[in-house]
Amino acid sequence: MDYTLQFSVVWNNIGLFIQGVLLTLQLAITSISFGLILGILGALGRTSDNRLFNGISIAYVEFIRNTPFLIQLFFFFFGLPSIGLRLSPWQAAVIALAINFGAYSTEIVRAGIEGIRKGQIEAGLALGFKKLQIFRHIVLIPALGNIYPALVSQIVIAILFTSVVSQISAEELTFVGNYLQSRTFRSFEVYLAIALIYVGIVWLIKAIAFLIQKRFFAFMQYTR
Amino acid sequence: MQDFTLPQIFTNLLLATRWTIVLSAIAFVGGGFVGFLVMLMRISPNKFIRYPSMLYVEFFQGTPLLMQLFLTFFGLSVILDWNLSPWTAAAIALTTYSSAFLSDIWRGSVEAIPKGQWEASTALGLNYVRQLQRVILPQAVKMSIPPTVGFAVQVIKGTSLASVIGFVELTRSATAISNVTFQPFLIFTIAAIIYFCLCFPLSLLSKRLEHQFAYRT
Repeated sequence: MDYTLQFSVVWNNIGLFIQGVLLTLQLAITSISFGLILGILGALGRTSDNRLFNGISIAYVEFIRNTPFLIQLFFFFFGLPSIGLRLSPWQAAVIALAINFGAYSTEIVRAGIEGIRKGQIEAGLALGFKKLQIFRHIVLIPALGNIYPALVSQIVIAILFTSVVSQISAEELTFVGNYLQSRTFRSFEVYLAIALIYVGIVWLIKAIAFLIQKRFFAFMQYTR
Repeated sequence: MQDFTLPQIFTNLLLATRWTIVLSAIAFVGGGFVGFLVMLMRISPNKFIRYPSMLYVEFFQGTPLLMQLFLTFFGLSVILDWNLSPWTAAAIALTTYSSAFLSDIWRGSVEAIPKGQWEASTALGLNYVRQLQRVILPQAVKMSIPPTVGFAVQVIKGTSLASVIGFVELTRSATAISNVTFQPFLIFTIAAIIYFCLCFPLSLLSKRLEHQFAYRT
């Protein structure tokens, strides 16, 4: 083995890495926010009595969950222009990520909605809670608490998925890696650094999630 | 410049699907073997055996699969001075990826076995290996079947990323054909439908098994 590792390529381009991290976070936050809206709409459709909404929602969830994200991304970026809808790499990336996250969060939010029992609302009424109090203390916060762990792990997966959009040359952390790799040929060093940065991002998100859980949902462990 | 007719496109994509299936099978079976060992390490009472396996799982679950493919394909070739083919690199990367997730799924099932089972089998004088073999694993395996089948779907979808390092499977050949025919909309739709036909039955099976086990226990 006569290859010597040189991590100087990482230190010398630290600015690019930081830019990449910021772009990745921006991409993740934008697409997860839109995706969550889609997920709530999907869950409303999934739990509604209207068969049309229900069917659309099931089809959406199953089709997205059973096809690879890369194909969905290519469909939006390469496929849509041929029917006259041209998207920039960044737009295609946000749309594909949001639609993907929406499908997974539909199932999660649905579980949260279905987890609230009618008896609890009635108990709230019997205790003389006002409508808004019932919504806040009995419906919203416990439902959020129920879906919170699943939602956090889905968010982590979504952040890791953002790396795929480098394939349509949307600029984020992995794109920075490909760029540096092609200029310096220090592929192992560059990709190892980037992999570790992703681990760092994931840990950071998990730590924040843990603090939020302790602050807002600490009571959940007593409810079951 | 070649013109493809619709049946030709379809045949070509289906031919490429073979490699998607083969790669998925390798990754799943290989990942199963490695994952089983990692799971055994992960449940070990000895922390010097346990910690490395935790680190392993944390790394592969905390980095994008694409990055793992790059690290294997570009990184290993440089470091070990092997010239890895896309085939080998994809097989290695997907195997390690699957092993991390499978070991985590299986660890969950083992840890879900009530402590009383361990205590009872200790009381019966079984040693650690016998306990695992006769008491714990048979019960854990039953519990872990639905999520394991569900994970097979993730592996099949994951193989699409191997196209990025030049492994010719369904996604790669869809890209290539759409570059020639200029019909990306049609071709990626067909590719998506083929993936759906591979994954959806497994998803359904996983859900059905989950219900079955839920009622039985």
